[in-house]
Amino acid sequence: MSRKIGDVILDLQNISLRFGGVKALTDISFDIREHEVRAIIGPNGAGKSSMLNVINGVYHPQEGKIFYRGAERKKMEPHMAASTGIARTFQNIALFKGMSVLDNIMTGRTLKMKSNMLLQAMWFGPAQKEELAHRRKVEEIIDFLEIQHIRKTPVGRLPYGLQKRVDLGRALAMEPQILLLDEPMAGMNVEEKQDMCRFILDVNDQFGTTIVLIEHDMGVVMDISDRVVVLDYGKKIGDGLPDEVRSSPEVIKAYLGAGH
Amino acid sequence: MLYRENGQFKTTYAADQQIFTIAQDKWFVLGIVAFAFLAVPMLADEYMFRAILIPFLILSLAALGVNLLVGYCGQITLGAGAFMAVGAYAAYNFLIRIDGMPLIGALLLGGLTSAGMGILFGIPSLRVRGLYLAVATLAAQFFCDWAFLRIKWFTNDSSSGSVSVSDLSVFGWVIDSPAEKYLFCLGFIVVFAVIAKNMTRATIGRQWMAIRDMDVAAEVIGIRPMYAKLSAFAVSSFFVGVAGALWGFVHLGSWEPAAFSVDRSFQLLFMVIIGGLGSILGSFVGAAFIVILPIFLNQFLPALGGLLGLHISTAAVSHAELIIFGSLIVFFLIVEPHGLARLWAIAKEKLRLWPFPH
Repeated sequence: MSRKIGDVILDLQNISLRFGGVKALTDISFDIREHEVRAIIGPNGAGKSSMLNVINGVYHPQEGKIFYRGAERKKMEPHMAASTGIARTFQNIALFKGMSVLDNIMTGRTLKMKSNMLLQAMWFGPAQKEELAHRRKVEEIIDFLEIQHIRKTPVGRLPYGLQKRVDLGRALAMEPQILLLDEPMAGMNVEEKQDMCRFILDVNDQFGTTIVLIEHDMGVVMDISDRVVVLDYGKKIGDGLPDEVRSSPEVIKAYLGAGH
Repeated sequence: MLYRENGQFKTTYAADQQIFTIAQDKWFVLGIVAFAFLAVPMLADEYMFRAILIPFLILSLAALGVNLLVGYCGQITLGAGAFMAVGAYAAYNFLIRIDGMPLIGALLLGGLTSAGMGILFGIPSLRVRGLYLAVATLAAQFFCDWAFLRIKWFTNDSSSGSVSVSDLSVFGWVIDSPAEKYLFCLGFIVVFAVIAKNMTRATIGRQWMAIRDMDVAAEVIGIRPMYAKLSAFAVSSFFVGVAGALWGFVHLGSWEPAAFSVDRSFQLLFMVIIGGLGSILGSFVGAAFIVILPIFLNQFLPALGGLLGLHISTAAVSHAELIIFGSLIVFFLIVEPHGLARLWAIAKEKLRLWPFPH
């Protein structure tokens, strides 16, 4: 591959997260390098989604430190994480159901739109120009994801596979540094999975976006990721290249159970 | 066959982002506005203006405000009547306490005061939602009812508790006949409807809708919930406040706090539910429905009774009104939760393909 994996962009150190007495994550450390595809795998309930929620500020871990581009990150709200360039998609699609595909992706541009509310009310001058400029960007994303034909359709009416694609488009509209994908291929058929893999690899290759991916399909994970973290019951049980992880006895035990 | 977009090609994004992307829609709405400005003042009589048209226009404006908050931002409110009252009393105080305050200035300042109150009473929305928020906004209603009844300063120490405004004029145009009042309100509503439409198709409107549809996802893509929710409360209360000021100044002339009771809040909420949540058109349709239905029933029920040889008393009519009203609301909530505007949209979609639906 032509892209070059860079330095560590996000470094998670000794992260622990509890909900009351339930330990969701225990003392987890790993890093994410710039431009890489980093997969997080593990059985159901292992804490993978919680990990993503920690990275983009939805959950605040009780212990541990997060370094983003070398600087320690303070406790932050999701919209602040978004403004530092972290975007994500959701496991159960969280699109804005009442809005069209175009409007959904346009909301991804919110952080980049600065015009004054009064000018927006008049649809005048800078506000209108800004709207058009961002429309052009959004159309590029629509072209990239090959969803031109449904741009005016309310997302509630779309089939599942296309909704997942719109979800990705909305995250891409933020032009993120790090893109968190929570099971982007769950519930898809083989063709849809192939399309989605192609989009993910293209995003990574063309825009240089760092990708953090949660996925259950081992074939996909082994094919497209550079490095893999394995979680089980909130603990890290493996970390490394796909092949190393696959042959690690602990990982095999977690996935297949003891006695094999 | 008439309603087609064939041959209407758009070659720029600007053309695609117009308010009406289909030419027929544009001409239809422009036609209605022209009719309302030019023909209606000549056709309507005084009763029409006073009992139907002016209340319809002003309540449409208030419903539009409520719809921005409830329909677009998904924050329920039961305090719309209170914000109308704030608008009316604030505008009144600006008008009488500041010498040379122009009428429009007073109305807009009334709206701004109401917007401030809206932000204040919108703060609970950052923590609570749904029914709990409804109760929190209901507090605004009771607080305002109390304040305007008890604090004499607001009513300029009038002994009866009611205040009145007379001699309305704008730039030397004296507004006294019903037709002039109607035109004055119509001017306001047209401008505000365009503003509402612009906001809902711009980034602020998308932020509101994002918060309404999925607030966690909205926050994750960088929308600040505080800004989105409070701006919706502010803009909505501004609309409602201006409507309240118009209601007091133009429609009533003199009023007391009971004019803006909790019944008014419910009435406005019903308007947006029946008309269509999240639709500009819906606000107008809902207001028309709620203003006209009682008048229609008043005329129609006794006539129907006469046909059947029954005498229907006024009390029976007003009871029947409540019954029919309530059942219609239940009917709409079950059959078409998106209201009359949705029915209209479905009809248009069908019409685009008619007569060849395949």
